[in-house]
Amino acid sequence: MTDAAEIERIKDHGDVRSEEMLLNMGPQHPSTHGVFRVVIRSDGEIILDAESHIGYLHRCFEKICESVNYTKATPYTDRLDYLMAMGNNLGYALAVEKLLGVEVPERAQYIRVIVTELSRIASHLLAIGTYGMDIGAITPFLYCFRDREKILYILETICGQRLNYNYVRIGGVAYDVDDAMLKMTREFCDYFLPRVMEYNDLLTYNGIFLERTGNVGVLPADLAIAYGCTGPVLRGSGVKRDLRKDAPYAVYDRFDFEIPVGSGEAGTVGDCFDRYMVRMREMIESTKIIQQALDQIPEGDFKHPKVKLKPKVPAGDAYTAVENARGELGFYLIADGSDTAFRLKCRSPAFSNVSVLHEISRGAMVADMVAIIGSLDIVMGEIDR
Amino acid sequence: MESYFTFVSSVLGFEPTSLLGFVGAIAVWAVPITAFVSVVGLVSIWLERKISAHIQCRVGPMEVGPHGALQTLADGIKLLGKEDLVPAQADRILFGLAPMLVFASTFVGFAVIPFSQKAVIADLNLGIFFLAAVGSLEAIGVVMAGWSSNNKWSLFGAIRAATQVVSYEIPLGLSLLAVVVVAGSMSLNDITQAQSGWVWNWFLFRNPFMWAVFLIYFIASLAECKRAPFDLPEAESELVSGFHTEYSGMRFAIFFLAEYGAMYIVSAIAVVLFFGGWYTGIPFLDHISGSIGGTTGVVVENLIGAGTIIVKSFLLICVQMWIRWTLPRIRLDQMMDLCLKYLLPFSLVLLVAVSLWQAFQGPIDGGNSVMGMIMLAATVASLIWMRRLAGRVSKASALRRELPVVKTGL
Repeated sequence: MTDAAEIERIKDHGDVRSEEMLLNMGPQHPSTHGVFRVVIRSDGEIILDAESHIGYLHRCFEKICESVNYTKATPYTDRLDYLMAMGNNLGYALAVEKLLGVEVPERAQYIRVIVTELSRIASHLLAIGTYGMDIGAITPFLYCFRDREKILYILETICGQRLNYNYVRIGGVAYDVDDAMLKMTREFCDYFLPRVMEYNDLLTYNGIFLERTGNVGVLPADLAIAYGCTGPVLRGSGVKRDLRKDAPYAVYDRFDFEIPVGSGEAGTVGDCFDRYMVRMREMIESTKIIQQALDQIPEGDFKHPKVKLKPKVPAGDAYTAVENARGELGFYLIADGSDTAFRLKCRSPAFSNVSVLHEISRGAMVADMVAIIGSLDIVMGEIDR
Repeated sequence: MESYFTFVSSVLGFEPTSLLGFVGAIAVWAVPITAFVSVVGLVSIWLERKISAHIQCRVGPMEVGPHGALQTLADGIKLLGKEDLVPAQADRILFGLAPMLVFASTFVGFAVIPFSQKAVIADLNLGIFFLAAVGSLEAIGVVMAGWSSNNKWSLFGAIRAATQVVSYEIPLGLSLLAVVVVAGSMSLNDITQAQSGWVWNWFLFRNPFMWAVFLIYFIASLAECKRAPFDLPEAESELVSGFHTEYSGMRFAIFFLAEYGAMYIVSAIAVVLFFGGWYTGIPFLDHISGSIGGTTGVVVENLIGAGTIIVKSFLLICVQMWIRWTLPRIRLDQMMDLCLKYLLPFSLVLLVAVSLWQAFQGPIDGGNSVMGMIMLAATVASLIWMRRLAGRVSKASALRRELPVVKTGL
């Protein structure tokens, strides 16, 4: 599809003279999921080339983290991938803890796993719902939001926030969880599993949906690796890579779960449907992890007693990465012994994922562009930082 | 069999052909029809909101009027109060003309749609032909809107609309022709009267092919009025709003009204062609003037007829909405594939099949009723079977009953 000769063939209409059209998609467009802009060079409905423009949401996150102390930087990480703020908090906290050399209490580790996986389900629900909407089915979106609401309610009960939690802190978590929350989470897991079947009935195995997503935006594994794609985008291409298994952090090595990878059910391996389906299956795996964590969660501290609100971080550097909903979220932290970080570099998964856009959208149709952007599941807060 | 118009003109005392008659026709017909189109728009927009809301686990508008019934009216007033905005680079004349043309093509269609035996503005002997002709005028208005907006997304929408409407006209026309073959007339009045009597006399059950003809008509009509899954011209996630992206205020409202008017028209045509028009399917009710007698009888009979066809049309509109809120949108090439590779050949084959059936079975005395009963029974049986099948596919609903539900108000 991305073959140069194929594009020449598309452009060559024989006798009919045709003109290319420069189409500006975004930054205000319903399907670019934020302030993302793509400039499409198209021949009628067929995309010849696409150029991504980012930066509309740049907030100097990395620079701000150099001027506020370590604890105060945590709320800024919330705003990176605002759909999975728990994971961002966790990644940053792990980096600071690595420099501090503290071992987080077991209970805090389990709470971290539970809230992160809940966040992951919420994020995937949003991704799947808006993906349905991009394809033109509006109803699945509201079904997904109905269930996402329950997760947000659970998270709200433990930290008072619905989106930017600031809950996972350096040395543990901000507040302990009570039995009511654990009970609610368990009820949610039981409630949620049949819902996934409902989504499948409504959207996944709909003939039109399969037609629209199968064989569209095929991302071969080698290309995905070359561009540094991670998360469901990489796994959709059939590569079994998940930091929760490959480089376990928190207590992920204690749980039994699968890593779903794309298998080309609706066409080619690495098409939009595979990426979508990986998310759908990951929600089930996340539910399994939460159920196991709820069974195993011990009593104890929810926070390391020695870690102060204003931690004294020794000089040095550390890189930690967590498996976020969109892929590998990395924090490279250089400390110089002062109150603030010397440098914090954030490796955002959505940034790498969106960089393949021009490769996989060549030769597709304008309607496919929407499907491809949706399947990459980008969050501009993280791309622009 | 004098129609309502000739009746009214004779009462008021003017000749239908004179200038006074022309003005009178506008007063007698154009005003009530405008009111009717507006009411259809209001009711179907409200229905759309409520149906979509209930499909999506919401309640929909509840504040303005009982169950939000006046929400559309409130929106209409808001749209009236908006600034009449024309983009700086737009072609002003075409930009203003486009919504009128789109609305007119819908509006004119109402002239031949019968509401009852007598309440029909113009009982043309080429009724179906007229509808197909004015219906395709809409494409011109849409292309005009897309072109004059001077917006690339609008242009995309307009070109998609033109492609779609022109392509689907063919299977639509062929399925109309199949009905014409059965009825032996192009007049909507004659077609309806050929379906009088019990339910099984409806054309849907006339022969084994009519169901397929109806399905092709229904799919093509969805595409004709640009409803999901054929809403590519106004695909809101791709083209923002397609051809009416740049329209706001009352001009947008006119597009909106025209869309819902078109939905009513295609549904009413389907009712007339396949579902017995104004007949309830119970002979006693359909010929109540025989038992009541006098003018009262005629009025009651016509009121029952008008109520019947409106209810039937709205039921079909509800099906259109149900489809819209369930299915995703198809892509341009898939839309063309569906039309040219499947609907077109199938509708051709069906036209031949219906013609052959009509030639060999039609003249048999009482054959239509027997066939109708068989087809009605087959229809009911297949609906029950489909219901069962749907229940088997969706296990989620069964599982849900066994599991506790998270209480959000905890």
